[in-house]
Amino acid sequence: MTRFAMVIDTRTCIGCGDCVVACKTENNVPEGLNRDWVVEATSGTYPDLKTEFRSERCNHCSNPTCVTLCPTGASHLWKDTNIVLVEPEKCTGCKACIAACPYDARLVMHPDGYIDKCTFCHHRVEKGMDPACVSSCPTRCMHFGSLDDPSSEVSKLLKTREYKVLSPETGNEPNVYYLL
Amino acid sequence: MKRREFIKLSSAASAGAVVSPALMLGGCVSKPLPGTGTVTSTPTVCDMCFWKCAGDVYKEDGELWKITGNPDDLHSGGRLCTRGTGGPGAYLDRDRLRKPLMRVTVDGRQTFQEVSWDEALQFIATKMQGIADTVGPERMALLHHGAGGHHFLHLLRAFGSDSHAEPAFAQCRGPRDVGFRLTFGESASSPERTDMANARCIVLLGSHIGENLHNGQVQTLAEAINKDATLITVDPRFSVPAGKSKHWLPIKPGTDIALLLGWMNVVIEEELYDKDYVERYTIGFEQLAAHVRQYTPEWVFLETGIRPDVIRETAREMGKAAPATVVHPGRHATWYGDDTQRSRAVAILNTLLGSWNREGGFYIPEKVDMPHYPLPDYPKPKFKTGDAYPDKWPFASQGVTNGVIEASIGDDAFFKGWMVYGTNLPQTIPGAVDKLRAAADSLDLVVVVETMPSEMTGYADVILPECTFLERYDDIRNSGERHPSLALRMPAFEPLHESKPGWWIAKQLGERLGLRHYFPWNDYADKLDWELRQVGSSLEEMQKIGVKNFPRKRPLYFLEGQNVRFFTPSRKIELYSQQLADKGFDPMPVYTPPEPVPSGYYRLNYGRMPAHTFGKTTNNPLLFQLAPENQLWVNPLVANEHGLASGEYVRLASREGAISSKIRVRVTERIGPDSVFMAHGFGHKSKRLRLTAGAGADDSELMTNIKVDPIMGGTGMRGNFVTFVRQPGEGGAA
Repeated sequence: MTRFAMVIDTRTCIGCGDCVVACKTENNVPEGLNRDWVVEATSGTYPDLKTEFRSERCNHCSNPTCVTLCPTGASHLWKDTNIVLVEPEKCTGCKACIAACPYDARLVMHPDGYIDKCTFCHHRVEKGMDPACVSSCPTRCMHFGSLDDPSSEVSKLLKTREYKVLSPETGNEPNVYYLL
Repeated sequence: MKRREFIKLSSAASAGAVVSPALMLGGCVSKPLPGTGTVTSTPTVCDMCFWKCAGDVYKEDGELWKITGNPDDLHSGGRLCTRGTGGPGAYLDRDRLRKPLMRVTVDGRQTFQEVSWDEALQFIATKMQGIADTVGPERMALLHHGAGGHHFLHLLRAFGSDSHAEPAFAQCRGPRDVGFRLTFGESASSPERTDMANARCIVLLGSHIGENLHNGQVQTLAEAINKDATLITVDPRFSVPAGKSKHWLPIKPGTDIALLLGWMNVVIEEELYDKDYVERYTIGFEQLAAHVRQYTPEWVFLETGIRPDVIRETAREMGKAAPATVVHPGRHATWYGDDTQRSRAVAILNTLLGSWNREGGFYIPEKVDMPHYPLPDYPKPKFKTGDAYPDKWPFASQGVTNGVIEASIGDDAFFKGWMVYGTNLPQTIPGAVDKLRAAADSLDLVVVVETMPSEMTGYADVILPECTFLERYDDIRNSGERHPSLALRMPAFEPLHESKPGWWIAKQLGERLGLRHYFPWNDYADKLDWELRQVGSSLEEMQKIGVKNFPRKRPLYFLEGQNVRFFTPSRKIELYSQQLADKGFDPMPVYTPPEPVPSGYYRLNYGRMPAHTFGKTTNNPLLFQLAPENQLWVNPLVANEHGLASGEYVRLASREGAISSKIRVRVTERIGPDSVFMAHGFGHKSKRLRLTAGAGADDSELMTNIKVDPIMGGTGMRGNFVTFVRQPGEGGAA
């Protein structure tokens, strides 16, 4: 199984939202819905402050509770990877996956009647390209690749830099990493 | 009745109802994955802002899919910014202008009526000819912003007028460009010639790169951060770059010149300056050293609130990294009315550090030496733009838009006609709505060329709908860069509705004014092809590659010990400016304390947000989804005092009594307790901008205390004070 990861450098992320718009045009995401979004977290008191920007999305977890809990098999893994997809034909819109996701990464509801989500742009990954959000980022703060390959950029970054994941306590083993 | 009423473009049809699709749960059919159809691409130069990144417009099965950066392009590095990526929204916007509109009076009331192109163009040509015949063609002025403006500048020059101004000068970059020109004989250029990717130390003064998304600036700043360059940000607000900085200096607003003089003091007293560079290239060092001796860090602390040890430490960081230190020139520089002098101070500090035209400081931009299409000489105008406001602003190197507006009011006004291209003056010129109305009431002709029904269209006699950048040719992009480079904007689509390209509109007007010989092309592509062939390319080649890079002909930086003649009167970098002294201005920057904040008021701080290019993009359906309104940043202490909570709506009142539209409060520590902040570009009133009308507030209408820079006419906008007002029945969380 290939384990794909996204590694995002909070030192250079400026919270510009280019990733959000790039996803929308690449994937024709319907008006009013987003598969990714940007969070600004500010701590401290003026003038002793710290701000972190994070581009967030589905974590394509190694232990994806959304897949486990999907009653119809609509939520599934793409090929032999950790990329979680939804098969519209099988989705009944029951929202079990929404309850199961610790990251609130599921869209309620695609106008065509299924629960939509980030696909890590598997249609691009298949062609050896980065996801659209990664390719568009003007500060190049986003990186994508396989963690199985020790020479990949994402593997190297996680070896050399301090990082965190979101909600590690859930045991979902997320695959979106934030460099500190 | 006034000759010209302001017509609010009311929407012809109510906002299109959103059709909710029937929810078919289970059994719905997968759509094909993106890019599985027939994919084609066309080169473009983005027009979402004025950085002019080159990109590719992708279509899938003939439908617009996406726009991405051209990997060979130096402006974008192959990556467009948020707004550029949102470019499809400009084409798809439902509210675009569709047909020419003309002001008519029906039942005693003025309104706009759809007319044919021929009728609109003939009306304009007749009026323009009338102005030329009675008072001369110079009385017709062009107010413009953006890549298509040059078509109309060409038209006006052929017509006999060189009267033109763009708000990019006196409302934005002007003081910086004039300050740098007075010092170095050259401006900081656009794209800015900062060599940030190679810098070891970067100093930002009020410049919030990352919130303003000038692509190359953002990319090179990120590169510097990745290389662990020292970042020093001076800003009363905890801006995005402040959050990335080793040193954030939360300065008392309006005291930047004091800090710059203090830094010069330390750099000279501690002998951190580049002695060889100063000796070789400058004039006036002795006067400067004597002048800044008084501005000790201890004195500067009392003005700026920045501790003396921090002033010394940051000056030493700059000195240590020099010449690979960029004291950034900024871009929007019209702040307090002494902005040319502040920009001079920035230029002088860079000179002391030896960073101008040195690696890691600034580079020498180079363009492609491309001949223009051969055309007859323009007639020589009897007046220049500045003759409309004589004895004012002696160093204005371009037209001053606020000067042109003032010279258009009254029966004996200098200007009698305006052509307005791509600039929404009511939101662009601070506190100018009354003057705009007075000018529009005086002028014989107001033509507005626009893609969108902006507020400015409400002042027009004739509104001409231009197609978007995705539907037209404009001139080849040939900006000074690290390498000479050309980029092509070409149509990816036929113009929607009855909109037309700017070049076509200008040619049609030219022909009706008897100026056919200035417009010999049938299609603008003919002109572009001729020009491209002079430099060994062709339209055909550029349609395939979009961007063509050329080798440099001269070095990127000064060579070691090179002798240089600068474009100043002394041929040196002028630390002491005799030019300024001769006109009665301070020959070296002098600090003037800012007006104190009146009790009960807060300083109005404003800026940009990365999702938008001021009001130009707020109705773009893609970008609207990302950022539908601006927010008012309020410090928690202030919020507490006024009982304000995040999410609630308030209005602001300026000290002089202007009241804003409603704006949503955001309580945040990122702003200090003496100021409030909002992004510029919201508070649209044109109801035809159906998404953005009524969303957020417009900072420019609160700017009722403008300090005009006496050197070049820039409108200082940061000396405005506001307080909160709640109107009955308003407020409460939304």
